Amino acid sequence: MSFKPLLPIEAITANMADLHLPLRPQEAIVEADRCLYCFDAPCIAACPTGIDVPGFIKKIAARNEVGAAKTILTANILGASCARVCPTKVLCEGACVLHDRDQKPIEIGRLQRFATDYVSERKISVLKPPATKNGIAIAVIGAGPAGLGCAAELAQLGYSVTVFEKEKLPGGLNTYGIALYKMTPAFSLEEIELVKSLGVQIQCGVNIGKDKSIADMEREFKAIFVAIGLGAGNRLGIPGEDLPQVVDALTFIKRLHSEPLNSVAVGERVVVIGCGNTAVDSVTQSIRLGAKQVSVVYRRGQNEMSAYDFEYAHAKHDGATFLFHCMPLEVVASGGHVSGIKLVKTKVNAAGNLEAVAGSEWIEPCDMIVKAVGQEKQVPFLKKLFPTLAMNKRGGIVTDALTGATSLPHVFTGGDCSNAGREVVNAVGEGKKAAHGIHQFVTKKQPEFPMQHSRMGHKAGASGSGLLHPIRAHELEAALAKRLSAQGKANK
Amino acid sequence: MADLSSNFAGIKSPNPFWVASGPPSNTAYQTHRAFEAGWGGLVWKTIGTPIVNVASRYSALNFGNQRMIGFNNIELISDRAPETNFLEIAEVKKRWPNHAVIASLMVETREEWREFVKRAADCGADGIELNYGCPHGMCERGMGSAVGQQPEVAERITSWVMETATSPVIVKLTPNITDITAAARAAKRAGANAISLINTINSITNVNLDTFVPEPTVAGLSSHGGYCGPAVKPIALNMVQCCAADPKVALPISGIGGVANWRDAAEFIALGATNVQVCTAIMHYGFRIVQDMNEGLSTYLDSKGMQSLEELVGKSVRNVNEWKDLDLNFQRVARIEYDKCIGCNLCYIACEDGAHQCIDLVAPESIGVDLGPGRVPHKVLPKIREDDCVGCNLCSLVCPVHNCITMVEIKNDKPRMSWSELQDRVARGEMKPIPPHP
Repeated sequence: MSFKPLLPIEAITANMADLHLPLRPQEAIVEADRCLYCFDAPCIAACPTGIDVPGFIKKIAARNEVGAAKTILTANILGASCARVCPTKVLCEGACVLHDRDQKPIEIGRLQRFATDYVSERKISVLKPPATKNGIAIAVIGAGPAGLGCAAELAQLGYSVTVFEKEKLPGGLNTYGIALYKMTPAFSLEEIELVKSLGVQIQCGVNIGKDKSIADMEREFKAIFVAIGLGAGNRLGIPGEDLPQVVDALTFIKRLHSEPLNSVAVGERVVVIGCGNTAVDSVTQSIRLGAKQVSVVYRRGQNEMSAYDFEYAHAKHDGATFLFHCMPLEVVASGGHVSGIKLVKTKVNAAGNLEAVAGSEWIEPCDMIVKAVGQEKQVPFLKKLFPTLAMNKRGGIVTDALTGATSLPHVFTGGDCSNAGREVVNAVGEGKKAAHGIHQFVTKKQPEFPMQHSRMGHKAGASGSGLLHPIRAHELEAALAKRLSAQGKANK
Repeated sequence: MADLSSNFAGIKSPNPFWVASGPPSNTAYQTHRAFEAGWGGLVWKTIGTPIVNVASRYSALNFGNQRMIGFNNIELISDRAPETNFLEIAEVKKRWPNHAVIASLMVETREEWREFVKRAADCGADGIELNYGCPHGMCERGMGSAVGQQPEVAERITSWVMETATSPVIVKLTPNITDITAAARAAKRAGANAISLINTINSITNVNLDTFVPEPTVAGLSSHGGYCGPAVKPIALNMVQCCAADPKVALPISGIGGVANWRDAAEFIALGATNVQVCTAIMHYGFRIVQDMNEGLSTYLDSKGMQSLEELVGKSVRNVNEWKDLDLNFQRVARIEYDKCIGCNLCYIACEDGAHQCIDLVAPESIGVDLGPGRVPHKVLPKIREDDCVGCNLCSLVCPVHNCITMVEIKNDKPRMSWSELQDRVARGEMKPIPPHP
């Protein structure tokens, strides 16, 4: 593209530095000591991998950092990246009881980072592969968080696991799709070394269906875990969309992860279409590359956006403008270059559908457009690989939530291709559950999910079993808002 | 405003807050600072036999984010010449005639005691405190707690002092003894005017797990130190009450041990102390802490309609009895206020693993609570089975929310019945004895 870098490389690199600084040892101990050590704590219930949060925090307080890391990584093999990328404000930290004591919640994410950094910086291995393998081979398609979560758990159960990845590098969105100020690709790759250390084989650059057939895989492997995530970014379907300055959000972020930062094109005036968390990442990354003005276009209102409130606040803090209740009609170009986007106001009609307000069109000037309107489902590809695999209406694979089982007995799944798009931590948890599902399929024994000490586990229903009955972050966010408004009324 | 002025065994001070004998009361300079800050009296750091101190001298017990919940020291008595100390006491008394300055003494022979008692009187000290308590260093030379631990020795030395003393004599007691009242009675028999307690407790606060030498470390060795600070308050309160309740002691008590604010002081006074002495809290935060003590105690007395301190002295002494006098038929259960519950379940796990298994975790819907505490939808919450609750208090103690779990009396129609009454009635044939455990 014809863009020239807006900022020198040093400035961009500085801009992309960690948003949340690591805790220093003394800070970590002081913070850990604030934890009440709840029993069957809500933070565990809110963690889709069911990490024994109070358990690891108390270990930090007692300066047993290695034990803390072991607690985390036993529950969540990607605990180090989840410590950086989890929306903790609406998961574990959102559930912290200290909110109700009118105090700041425990900084669980940063404490988790402290413990996992401690062992990785010192090259201390806290997980060990079993001494003997059971000789059973399992295939995993996709080396993203779900695939890695499943592979690591299976390896620890004694299986020989091979992961097939179509990209050059493993990690999926962890390597290619996270805002740089949260996590770098290098960090993601280093973390994957932990998975490899358990004996997991990862083959990159393999296109399943082309380089390797499902029939071959079914011969070589006892079961297949499908974790192919979602497809390319959705199209807007408007004129001018194929101009070079109109880019897909994930492509934009992927370039930041695989090319020198000062070679990644960005406009001075950027319009981001869509209002999810990827849209926010596009906003904040554009600004860090030097964009002077960034606007977000969303066809509905603030209450409907799928971005978390704290991500929205982050974008606002960075200076983004939000244009709610409007949608794009066409990309305006001048001399073959994007010069603006034609927008129209929207309203909800009597039937409850969105419609354009005639005559309200205007042109928002811009020189770059980022599309962040969700990713394509993988239905055609999956149908090609597994013609009889049952799919649900949302474009995900029909999945048993506890075991990851699909309509095909030897095929299991988890992550975005199954849940239609959730957090990294959900993917890891689903991969882990599917590993036990596969173990059950192979051994014909009831799965025994690892339970950690300060939990009631599945015996008490939703309580404590964040792994088995994960709470959706948005569900928790809504529950918290309801509670806060009830408190507000009570205070009046 | 209630009158805080204090008269302890004839020693008058503007308030009952004295700086205890120790590092904060080492010099005239510190004493001026203490009195300027609002302390009513001060017990000078113990004057006596020449000594040499070591480095290091102190160590501490931290708990969570709280530093120095307990503190210990192996520092000896004043390392300054007695002449200097007596001279400075005289100087302080000149400037602060209405404040109490007590000379703490520790020497060995009868002649030395007589001489030091006289010198203390000559410098104008308002009283004398006999240090029979230090559990480190001096006791190895037959002083300090070596005296306090043998009531007959303490009695003998005290009687030597009483031969010469012209001002009130306070005997400071060591807690490193099985029965504190034995030492207190000895002081009484010898004619002492008052007792002060407690001195520090034998202790090792921690072990350095790299060097395997406990702190405080002196060239690769440690020693048993005297323990004090907030963590010793319950031990001190117990001993103060024991002495206050003993008719054979009947001496004014100066309460010492973990006093850090007006509440601590009020508790000591309610359990029979006439005044209190403070050291560790000053070593932690400085003399300024006395402002809260003066204001807080005065406001408290006002709120209770008490005109003076004397009305508070000993108010709780008779509320502590022997176990055998407690009512076996009294019933109390725990109640949770769900509006305050934050869902930490600490009450549940404490009761389940550490007490009597009387709390269940139930779905919030089942007891009509909408979004359960802990902010996670459908998260279970604790429910007390009142029929099984033994009223032990544990859940209310571990609950991190003030007044969320309260202990409620359950009225029943059984008459008051203590263990001793029960035994009496059994002996009289009015009741059957309790059957043996099956």
